[in-house]
Amino acid sequence: MAERPKILLRGVCKSFGEKVVLDHLDLDIAEGESMVIVGGSGTGKSVLLKHIIGLLRPDAGTIEVDGVDISTLGYREITTFRRRFGMSFQEGALFDSMTVWENVAFPLKRASPKTAPEIAERVAECLHLVRLQGAERKYPSELSGGMRRRVGFARAIALEPDILLFDEPDTGLDPVIKALIDELIVDMRKSLGSTTVTITHDMRSAFRIADRVGMLFQGKIIALAAPAEFERIADPRVQQFLQGRATGPLTD
Amino acid sequence: MKRRLPGLAERFLREMGRFGLTLWRVLVWTPRAPYDWRQLLHQIVVVGINSMPVVLLTAMFTGMVLALQTFNVLVRVNAESFVASLVSLSMVRELAPVIGSLMIAGRCGSAMGAELGTMRVTEQIDALEVLATDPIHYLMVPRVWATTITLPLLIVMADVIGIAGGYLIAVVLMGANPVTYMHRTYQYMDLRDLFSGLIKAAVFGLLIATIGCQKGFYTTGGAEGVGQATTRAVVLASISILIADFFLTKVLF
Repeated sequence: MAERPKILLRGVCKSFGEKVVLDHLDLDIAEGESMVIVGGSGTGKSVLLKHIIGLLRPDAGTIEVDGVDISTLGYREITTFRRRFGMSFQEGALFDSMTVWENVAFPLKRASPKTAPEIAERVAECLHLVRLQGAERKYPSELSGGMRRRVGFARAIALEPDILLFDEPDTGLDPVIKALIDELIVDMRKSLGSTTVTITHDMRSAFRIADRVGMLFQGKIIALAAPAEFERIADPRVQQFLQGRATGPLTD
Repeated sequence: MKRRLPGLAERFLREMGRFGLTLWRVLVWTPRAPYDWRQLLHQIVVVGINSMPVVLLTAMFTGMVLALQTFNVLVRVNAESFVASLVSLSMVRELAPVIGSLMIAGRCGSAMGAELGTMRVTEQIDALEVLATDPIHYLMVPRVWATTITLPLLIVMADVIGIAGGYLIAVVLMGANPVTYMHRTYQYMDLRDLFSGLIKAAVFGLLIATIGCQKGFYTTGGAEGVGQATTRAVVLASISILIADFFLTKVLF
């Protein structure tokens, strides 16, 4: 391999009690790549994402980001290290005591040396990018699911992160809004030039966003390919997931 | 084979451990920048100003009942002139801090448990961490200090109102002499009595907020989990107040 991968996972294991969620998982994600991880509900996709950003620590194995093993970082180091990440959560995870504007400004106020007018400018830019101008003074409870997701995006990109993580960005949205969200993810990636890791169980979205698609099953990546090739993978587990059949090796 | 402690002892030790760890983290994070004065002030308003009606009303009625009860008992031994001393000393040393704190545990300890619990299950606490903000620093430090600072202030007011309630009953209803009553109120009271009550209030405040925040912060499992966290916050805080009260009274006499 010529270039060192941006994110590198080797032999990552994680169990909660008796339940093994990640089982010697290996994965490389190259600089600037858009990786999409698919898999059924409860297969540990979110757990994988939370390992990459250091919210969870592996029981065994290493996770390197930019050549730094983040599982060895101390608490304060990892807090600083996280500034190069932006993460969007499943339901947006907006702070519901704050307005949209305050939500997007939050990381800028906490972790950047910007002055108040610079912050205002950056917030406006981020909201423009997710096409949400005019909603600044609304509270999260007044927004629709899709809008909440977009505010989450704006907040995630506020610090211009190197790496963007999306946890099920379009779950529970209608097909049109899904397409819009996918388009936004592609746009944001282009304008920031960042590496992205997206988690979804929607194959259509996966193919729209991905450079490569990986499928997670029983704690391992069982298939990994570019979208066009992914469809031709003969593995019956992949085929069952692609065709959405109720019976097959995934459900046995 | 691991030997396990009996259930209750294990739970007690675990709760103590969690409490100690949470308090330690709050103390460690307190001196670190950035200082969020606005959050602190906001919490002081929530805990202090917004709880004033309920705490003062409780204190008022406690003082009134105390006067009523002691008058009816002391009159049997011709000692009704001591009602005033009894009311004021009991209020200041014991009743205002304990009853006031129990009200705050129900009002604010539960709210902290529910708020932080909801933030946990909706991933807002994870979001804070990802946004390079320590959630203990941002959420717990202002709540714990606001409650610890505010509770003694509330209790001073409760002392005054409670004594006034006793005065109202004794003088207006029972026909006690107002001048003697006021005199007796202060006659046996020491500044130390007042301070012991306020120290208690501060400790109770620390207990309420630390327990409430900790229960909320480590919530698991959706709406049901939030409900459990809230209940546990109130129950545990109330029990801790009563237990701590015993030991503090022993130490501060």
